[in-house]
Amino acid sequence: MSDVALRTATIERPPDPPRPWTGGRIAGYFSVIVWGLLGAGFVWFLVTAWDPELVAKYGPRYWEGLKVTLSLVLSSLVAGSILSLPVALGRLSENRFVAALAYGYIYLFRGTPLLAQVFLIYYGLGQFSKELKAIGLWGFFRDAWNCGFLAFSLNTAAYQAEILAGAIRSVPKGQWEGAAALGLQRFFAFRKIILPQALIVALRPYGNEIILMIKGSAIVAIITVYDLMGQARWVFSKTFDFQAYLWAAVFYLIVVEALRNIWNWIEARLTRHLKR
Amino acid sequence: MDSVLELLSFGPDGWGDEIASGVFVTVTLALATLPFGLALGFFVALAKQSEEPSLRLAANIYTTIFRGLPELMTLFLIYFGAQIGLRQFLLFIGVETAIEINSFLAGMLALGVVFSSYASEVFLSAFRAIPKGQYEGGFAVGLTWGQTMRKVVLPQLIRLALPGLSNLWLVLLKDTALVSTIALSDILRQTGIAARVTKQAFFFYGTAFLLYLVLAIISGIVISRIERYGNRGLAGR
Repeated sequence: MSDVALRTATIERPPDPPRPWTGGRIAGYFSVIVWGLLGAGFVWFLVTAWDPELVAKYGPRYWEGLKVTLSLVLSSLVAGSILSLPVALGRLSENRFVAALAYGYIYLFRGTPLLAQVFLIYYGLGQFSKELKAIGLWGFFRDAWNCGFLAFSLNTAAYQAEILAGAIRSVPKGQWEGAAALGLQRFFAFRKIILPQALIVALRPYGNEIILMIKGSAIVAIITVYDLMGQARWVFSKTFDFQAYLWAAVFYLIVVEALRNIWNWIEARLTRHLKR
Repeated sequence: MDSVLELLSFGPDGWGDEIASGVFVTVTLALATLPFGLALGFFVALAKQSEEPSLRLAANIYTTIFRGLPELMTLFLIYFGAQIGLRQFLLFIGVETAIEINSFLAGMLALGVVFSSYASEVFLSAFRAIPKGQYEGGFAVGLTWGQTMRKVVLPQLIRLALPGLSNLWLVLLKDTALVSTIALSDILRQTGIAARVTKQAFFFYGTAFLLYLVLAIISGIVISRIERYGNRGLAGR
């Protein structure tokens, strides 16, 4: 014990290398201070503007809005992932017509703004209310939430199909051939050998897609859906208090950051056998 | 078919000229944002790969915030926030005026910071793909840091970053649709007005949809040209 103490006492540590005040260091300190001041100002503003009456009146609305945002994103992600399967398979198909059809679908939805898609479905189809009533679909298209859901599902299906197709393509051909050599059927080989490897490749893009959807979902506020953004807009229109938006921004940041970290954890967990 | 041509004709009866001006605004906004976002993204990437921890921290805070916020929220925060902030500041120094922030400028700023925070990641991974020997070689032949950056690293960096940046350009082009919500007369706002006046919502929003598609196709053609130009040194290798 004393041996260790003695040894550490006699060790002469070399002096720390000099840390000159380089331009980078000055710029770094300066920008960190600026962020610190901005952060402190932000907190100070939110604290001084804190009004228990307003919070009691409008606070629950944010919770409702958050629930709408999350349910909208979750349901369209699930619907989109189901829809993306045939599209991805079409994209990989050897039939040129089918492949072109799938590519066209993906290009159409990835090449245009989500907002334009939502408007086309909500306002555009609203023009055909008579015809839709005749076939009994008006009940669905009358509701802004449903239109947002439909647009998001179609949109994310295109993105997810591209992710899935790319991931399946990234699995080396030898895996297919190996499975065939073992006498496995094509579908069995796909399910048990190709898909698990492809999904690991697709993990990160899928996580990005979820985050993009959460952020993109804010635009349904424009077609009068009261999601988190919609509630913030409503509260701002009533109070003209800027903290209406700031609180929503804080909530969005928390959700996105939490999701990003959870996803990183899931990815690290699922790929731990690949670490060397 | 006649009525369609009439709706899209130029002149007082048709909406062709209004929509054309919308296309002009959309394209101008995207083109004006691009250099601003690229330059900012490049410097943020430089900060992120700096040896100075404080610089890395500041850059990471920047990208965490602007990649985490919805683009629409960033736009509203800048548009309304700048308006309120400026008014407070002017009140503070004793001037009382109603100010309106230019929505083009607000849109450019918001789209630019979002673009730059994504672009910084693209630049960063491109930086990491360039071997250290390239810098060392530059220093060994007596180039300064700036010259090494400009003449050795940057030409390779652009080629490596191009695929990621062209994706971001397409995202930027689509994100410009959001400025229609802060009263900037882009494609979507102009077609929206036309849809409300003529009650032909499907037709006009369909037109907007197709116009964005055409812009994406044109961008794709230009991008593949630039990529071919960027890769010209690699031909046959």
